[in-house]
Parts: sequence; structure tokens; C-alpha cells
Amino acid sequence: MRKALLIAAAVAVAWVAAGCGEKATVTVYKQGQYQGKPDKQPWDNDQFKGDKVAWEKAVKARNLGQNEYVRISGG
Amino acid sequence: MARMKFLADAERCIECNGCVTACKQEHEVPWGVNRRRVVTLNDGVPGEKSISVACMHCSDAPCMAVCPVDCFYKTSEGVVLHDKDLCIGCGYCFYACPFGAPQFPQDGAFGLRGKMDKCTFCAGGPEADFSAAEFRKYGRNRLAEGKLPACAEMCATKALLGGDADVIADIYRDRVLKRGKGSEIWGWGTAYGKPEKLPTARPGAKS
Repeated sequence: MRKALLIAAAVAVAWVAAGCGEKATVTVYKQGQYQGKPDKQPWDNDQFKGDKVAWEKAVKARNLGQNEYVRISGG
Repeated sequence: MARMKFLADAERCIECNGCVTACKQEHEVPWGVNRRRVVTLNDGVPGEKSISVACMHCSDAPCMAVCPVDCFYKTSEGVVLHDKDLCIGCGYCFYACPFGAPQFPQDGAFGLRGKMDKCTFCAGGPEADFSAAEFRKYGRNRLAEGKLPACAEMCATKALLGGDADVIADIYRDRVLKRGKGSEIWGWGTAYGKPEKLPTARPGAKS
């Protein structure tokens, strides 16, 4: 009886502790889904037609455009 | 490409609220919901500092960790997004967020709280890109158009930088060296100080 109670207590503790886990927030993109939520890559649309390089080029130009030392000549 | 991040330069912000207006206009955000706002420290005192605050798309986002329905996800570009179809509007994310980013539309005599709304880094959401449903729920998807967030691109003094972390960090470093002060980046350590949690290998877990 005592042994059974100990086993039951151990199982209960393990079951309760299992609820304290933390989900990994690392990015996993798989077949049009991020962690189970449907979404596409930003270059996977009518505008860029899956061309990742073209998308990266467009975003990089915008990124560098934020540096006014480069935008304004003589800076 | 590195991860997308925001960088608020307190030395440059003039509290014009141009970023707030740009965000509101771009996404047609309803009354009572502010995806971005400008916070001023020591307002009215000489030397006051202002910073533009919104979701920082944290490396190890606490909102993702506490959501009971697991409605959050992070894209390859490091943008933290959520699925409004799954959100139950519980508000846990609001308590967890160090930046007060999650917003809840309220309506009615009993303070009905709707589904959470927050900055999407102008990256839309789970709906099809450029669709009416995506715009209604999450706003415009500028990232899919090859553009950066409207708030950062509209900032007149370029106090708010948004984009590829490596590039904006370089711009900021260059700026600090030229002016010789103000190297502290508000919220940067809080948002991006902790690395992303690596997935733990669990025996028997589906790959």
C-alpha cells in the first residue's frame, strides 16, 4: 500500500512538473508554416515571385537609405 | 540577412510623433490602439529625452513564452507575429512584455477586451500576402513589398531605425562616433540581450 502511494505521488509530481516547460522560440519554417501558423516568406508573392535575392536587394537598399551621412553628399 | 530590429536614438528624437502617425495611417489602426507611441522622460525638464516605443520583436520574446494558446510565431527575419484567429485576448502577453506593446481594443459598457493587436514590423500576418483579410487584421505587409516599417522610414530625424540589425547597428555606430556622445541604445539589451532558446531534443518528439 505504502509502495503504491509512493509510486502514485512520484507520478503526480512528474505530471505536475511537466506543465512547467517552456516552448522554444527559435524559428522553424516548414512548408508554409512557422511553428504551426500558416505564413509565407516575404519574397514568396506576386511581386518578387520567390526571388529571395531580389527581395534582399530591395530591403538592403532601404536599410542603407536610413543613413543620412551617405544620402547627403559631403557628409 | 540578419534579424530585423528596431533602434531608438534618444539623442535625435524630437517627440514629433511622426512614427505614431505613420503607423496609424499605414495600417488604419482603430481608435484606442497604439501600436507605436513616443515616451518622454523628464518631460519639461531641460535635457528631456524621448524614445519611440513599440514591439521590439525580441530575440527571446516573453509574450511567446506566456501565451496560453500559443498564438505567436517568429519569422525567419526575426519578426514576432501572432495569429488573431487563435488569440483569446487574455492579456498575459501584455503583462509579460517589457515594452507594453500588446494592445487590446476595448468596447462596450463592460470593457469588452478584443483580440490583441501589436506592431507587426509591417510584415502582415498569417493571412495571404496583400489580401484584404491580412490588411483588416494585421495591416499592410510592407516587408513583402521589399520595404521597411513605415515608422522608421518616415522618421524625419532618423531617430528611429528599423531593419537588418547589422546595417542599423553600423549606421548607429557611425553616428555615435561622429557626434561623440549618446552611445546608449534604449531597450536594446532588454529586447535583444538574450539569445534565442535553442530547441531541445526530446526523445520521441516529431521532427
